[in-house]
Amino acid sequence: MSDCNLESKSFFQALEQDTLIGSRCLNCGHLSIPQRTICRVCHSDQAEMVEFSGHGRLAAFTVIYVPPTEMAEAGFDAKNPYCVGIVTLEEGPRVSAQIVNVDLADPSKIKIGMPVRKTIFERGPEDKRKKVLAFEPA
Amino acid sequence: MAKKLSRGVAVVGVGMSKFGAFPGKSSRDLFVEAYQELRQSVQKGFNPQEIEAFYMGNFSSDQFENQAHLAPIVASWVGLSPVASMRIEDACASGGVALRQAVLAVASGQCDVVLAGGLEKMTDLPAARVTDTLALAADTMFEVPAGFTFPGFYASMASAYLDEYGADGEALLRVAIKNHENGALNEKAQFGQRISDVMASKKAKAAQKGQPVPEWADEIAFLKDGKANPMIAWPLRLFDCSPVSDGAAAVLLVSADLAERYSDHPIFIIGSGQASDGALAERESLTSVPSAARAAAQAYEMAGVTAQDIDFAEVHDCFTIAEIMAVEDLGFFPRGEGWKAELEGKTARNGEKPVNTSGGLKSKGHPVGASGIAQVVEMWKQLNGLAGARQLQPQPKLGLTHNVGGTGQTCVVHIFERRS
Repeated sequence: MSDCNLESKSFFQALEQDTLIGSRCLNCGHLSIPQRTICRVCHSDQAEMVEFSGHGRLAAFTVIYVPPTEMAEAGFDAKNPYCVGIVTLEEGPRVSAQIVNVDLADPSKIKIGMPVRKTIFERGPEDKRKKVLAFEPA
Repeated sequence: MAKKLSRGVAVVGVGMSKFGAFPGKSSRDLFVEAYQELRQSVQKGFNPQEIEAFYMGNFSSDQFENQAHLAPIVASWVGLSPVASMRIEDACASGGVALRQAVLAVASGQCDVVLAGGLEKMTDLPAARVTDTLALAADTMFEVPAGFTFPGFYASMASAYLDEYGADGEALLRVAIKNHENGALNEKAQFGQRISDVMASKKAKAAQKGQPVPEWADEIAFLKDGKANPMIAWPLRLFDCSPVSDGAAAVLLVSADLAERYSDHPIFIIGSGQASDGALAERESLTSVPSAARAAAQAYEMAGVTAQDIDFAEVHDCFTIAEIMAVEDLGFFPRGEGWKAELEGKTARNGEKPVNTSGGLKSKGHPVGASGIAQVVEMWKQLNGLAGARQLQPQPKLGLTHNVGGTGQTCVVHIFERRS
């Protein structure tokens, strides 16, 4: 199956519909986020789209005080920092995302390994508003 | 089967500009400075017309200087037209990859004499645009929109590393203190100041302005002071990060059988390795850089040496945590022990495995495309006993360079040997 839904932008089209997608290799079963036509483990080009549950554990994180332009436009700065991290999904693959509803005043209280769940929300100034993937403590 | 170079490759001259912030100078001016120093360094001289190719590392002259297609321009400014000239872009590993391409060109027999260089002019852009430009080295579709910055990526690796090994975060600060100590002895470094010098100058400034003079018990207390050393991306603070820099560096490579014609003290490139990887979230490990371990394994195998044989190394300390992971990825210390080695001073100039005697990216500066070539300048100086106040004793025989692009999407490793 060479499915056009596995093209890179479909990840964001799925987010607009509040779903977190990836792909499963039909040959070896390897799961991938973002979705890939060609498997990086067995090199098969037979893959299907899958939806992930959105449950996982925090694998790595930081709290950012000097934001890039996109996050500055969303209202973040040194006095209003945000958390971003990498989550290991219960299905196995890892994904980069903003981490919300955590104690930004004391990042040492944010614990690696803590259970998290997806929360997809709209971010950015009015003309650039889009849905983004985030996780919060479960 | 170990892949070997088809013929030997030697470095017969090196040069670099001063690293720092140079308003009014363009990258080509800085490269001219580096090339002039290189010419002086070739003991028996050389005719520029012998150069057959120019491999130039540069990350983003497009963004930084509004200039693409930079290699032939730079070649022209050092009088090398019509030599084949090309720009290599692999983010912060651009210089190291340019070196590798130059090595392969000589080893293949296609060229006998090749110039490898690197340059970046970063300080003309406002800070926010520098941050955005550096972020182009990550996956701008899937990583940057999540909110990551470069300090943010390495900070995340630091949080995972500190958690996995129960490491003491003070080890990060020790990397900064050590590399500033070394950089203070390097006249080309952007920061010629030890952390203790920075503290003294902050005190003097406060006194001069009639403000209360801050007191810190020691350098660690200073580095933990949120006002003096603000948080950039938790747990990394300002002094955990390499600076925004302008600079250029150049090295002249020749086939080993011709080396004597140029110098009685060439250094030989005996190992070269390079590997790539996907986005950080896709890696098998978040507490190491797998491409670095792979590149190192290739280089060790090619050179027929082990990590234990290496006398000293220049590693890619774009952030303090990067040096801790590097000394593990390169096999200098076991997994999970790199932070202890830094705390115990094992990577200091008088330690068992000196790392970043030049001051590293942290103190010497990090003009992105130049860094991988400037590492070779330190190899040349240390191996030839030319490193002045920071010279290692006894004079080393084997050195290693480790140059990372992005968070490890690219890594290139080279091994250098002195035979004289």
